[in-house]
Amino acid sequence: MPFPTFPRRLAAIAATTAAAALVLTGCGGQDALSSDGASGSSGDAVIIGSADFTESQLIATIYSQALQAEGVKVKEQFNIGSREVYMAALQDGSIDLLPEYSGALLKYLDSESKASTSEDVVAELGDKLPKGVSMLDISPAEDKDVLAVTQETADKYDLKTISDLVPYMSELSLGGPPEWKTRVNGVVGLEQVYGLTFKEFVSLDAGGPLTMTALTSGQVQVGDIFSTDPGLTANKLVALEDDKSLFAAENIVPVISTSKLDDTISKTLDKVSAALTTEDLIEMNGKASDGTSLKSIAEEWLKDADLG
Amino acid sequence: MTIDWIWENLPLIGDLTLNHLWLTLTPTVLGLFVALPFGWWAHRSRRGRPFIVGTAGLLYTIPSLALFIILPTILGTKILDPINIVIALTIYTVSLLVRVVSDGLSSVPVDAVQAAEAMGYRSWQRLVLVELPVAVPVIAAGLRVAVVSNVSIVTMAALLGIPQLGTLFTQGFQLRLFVPLVTGILLCVVLAVILDLVIVRLGSLATPWRDRTVAA
Amino acid sequence: MSVIDWLTDPANWTGADGIPSQMGYHLLYTGIALVIAAAIAVPLGVLVGYTGKGERLVAGSANALRALPTLGLLILLFLLISPVVPGQLVYIIPTIVVLVLLAVPPILTGTYTGIQSADPDAVGAARGMGYTKLQILWHVQLPCALPLLLSGIRSSTLQVVSTATVAAYLGLQGLGRYIIDGRAQADFFQMAGGAILVAALAFALEIAFTLLGTLIVSPGLRRTSRRRRTAAPTTVTGAIPRPA
Repeated sequence: MPFPTFPRRLAAIAATTAAAALVLTGCGGQDALSSDGASGSSGDAVIIGSADFTESQLIATIYSQALQAEGVKVKEQFNIGSREVYMAALQDGSIDLLPEYSGALLKYLDSESKASTSEDVVAELGDKLPKGVSMLDISPAEDKDVLAVTQETADKYDLKTISDLVPYMSELSLGGPPEWKTRVNGVVGLEQVYGLTFKEFVSLDAGGPLTMTALTSGQVQVGDIFSTDPGLTANKLVALEDDKSLFAAENIVPVISTSKLDDTISKTLDKVSAALTTEDLIEMNGKASDGTSLKSIAEEWLKDADLG
Repeated sequence: MTIDWIWENLPLIGDLTLNHLWLTLTPTVLGLFVALPFGWWAHRSRRGRPFIVGTAGLLYTIPSLALFIILPTILGTKILDPINIVIALTIYTVSLLVRVVSDGLSSVPVDAVQAAEAMGYRSWQRLVLVELPVAVPVIAAGLRVAVVSNVSIVTMAALLGIPQLGTLFTQGFQLRLFVPLVTGILLCVVLAVILDLVIVRLGSLATPWRDRTVAA
Repeated sequence: MSVIDWLTDPANWTGADGIPSQMGYHLLYTGIALVIAAAIAVPLGVLVGYTGKGERLVAGSANALRALPTLGLLILLFLLISPVVPGQLVYIIPTIVVLVLLAVPPILTGTYTGIQSADPDAVGAARGMGYTKLQILWHVQLPCALPLLLSGIRSSTLQVVSTATVAAYLGLQGLGRYIIDGRAQADFFQMAGGAILVAALAFALEIAFTLLGTLIVSPGLRRTSRRRRTAAPTTVTGAIPRPA
């Protein structure tokens, strides 16, 4: 029985497609997933992660460029999500290094902690880090969560500190990231430490555009904004004083898998941390919201600090 | 914020696009091969068909973000491993194509099948040499929908930080910049249109006996 | 603790964040989107099916619309309108627009293929009986189009129910809330629970549509004619849902 010709064509197409898919899998999978400083095997590269907000990504970019300048192979995996997600990624080896905020990390690891000054936080953090995870030197640069209100709201209720909110709490809505619902440095802590139960909590984002919009448009009266956010001054927001020290000191600190730590990395990142200041953060955040690419902002900072 | 951003970030955009292509094509092809036996089974078993096709169809409704996060726990893969995306999308592709393959095989005229039988073809030969080729237009139509769908679903992986075109969305969002956002959307559409055309072309190459003006 | 525990925990069934409340919101967004989509797609589909013109254009744009990434579009719309739209609307409008864009193609395709697939014998018989064109449309073509139209709406509903989870990305309610919050809080069970609820809702709606189909589709159309070599079309390839 003669072998018909059209299935031969079909078979040829199927084979080509399968081969193309395999080729794409082979080359697309490996190389395209690594950004700068692509390495042959991801085994020896340091995978740098970041949280899902600009500043975290900015600092991670600085780490990445500083390390590359010292010849360390890196892979970038930014924008992972909230601490709950990226800590899991850190522990299962999906990422090796990321910039953290000392106080928030401590509260995450030990919700009972009462430490609030930079030194106390660092001391406790050293003990509480999970096995296989280390931290390097902290930076003087700090970025804390603040509860912000619009000037109108501050005037209306005469608000200067978070405690001032208590008499009016049933009229006020709080906006913050979804993870705040269950966090000590979030809704849970606000209730425990200040006795604050707001009218409602609206899940938005971590000091990002959703929260900023909700705050300025009046959808929420109180919002979680970062202290280095240029939007605070741009939108004339009032940052309420944390009079009961719920939000501890938030120094930037690199957190890394112990297995990937070596002298070069530790020295380089310590130099970066020492050179970074809170004013730098505010300035860089400002440039980012103007549209400058995070890479150029990082490059510029590293050049100014003589580290790039 | 100007178009300069695009030129400045061209290598990044290129990387993300290639990633996106890989994350889209691999599951589409895999999904097709997995769907073929199930579709064939649904076609053959009259009683089983509604059950097979219905169950497959329900897999669709699982929201992608949830599937991306649940899969690592079930499969034991690392939480940020892009393989989770590939497997999730394969599931969606299979979910769609099972019905399509079954419909495609059902659309083969009985005359053609009987003629093949009369010519002495065995059942697997009939399937591969006659039924599948004739079913190609229907399957290709479903494949087009699948690949275009996948291009869009892959962008959801941006919520996990997996690099692909969707990353441009979250970047644009956080920084309130339009250029990366619009660039990402346009590239997705362009990619989808190109892949769609490729499948149309492959489909017509595989069925040279069809009138070219008959749309799939 | 397991997903079952989360799903059966009574605390999760009460209050503003409870499952019934979120389901309600979810169905609300779905319903609004479907109504708007049907209002656009059905008249358009009838026009295309009846006049036979513009089918290529419509079919092409249906597939093109499918290529638009939901998340990207949502973010784009939000950024575009946020300087000018106040309050909750700034989140609701992008969500509904995105859902409508997803819902239109299946209904549109279902409508015009349905009208076109009306048995020509039936149309001919009606013409022979003296029906006017409009009467044929209303009494013959539309009823004959019902199975495919329903199939389109059904596809569309599945699509929208699955995608309505994105509303949570902009801070709205709905079953997506469990997925987004679950992810942020690394509460796996909440996330899985949310996904299961969406699938369950879709399943329930599927059953509802099947029942609806048996109720309103003329029995004459449900019988497959022995003259046909293949089964009458009951699904439209273009009207295939897509997960969120």
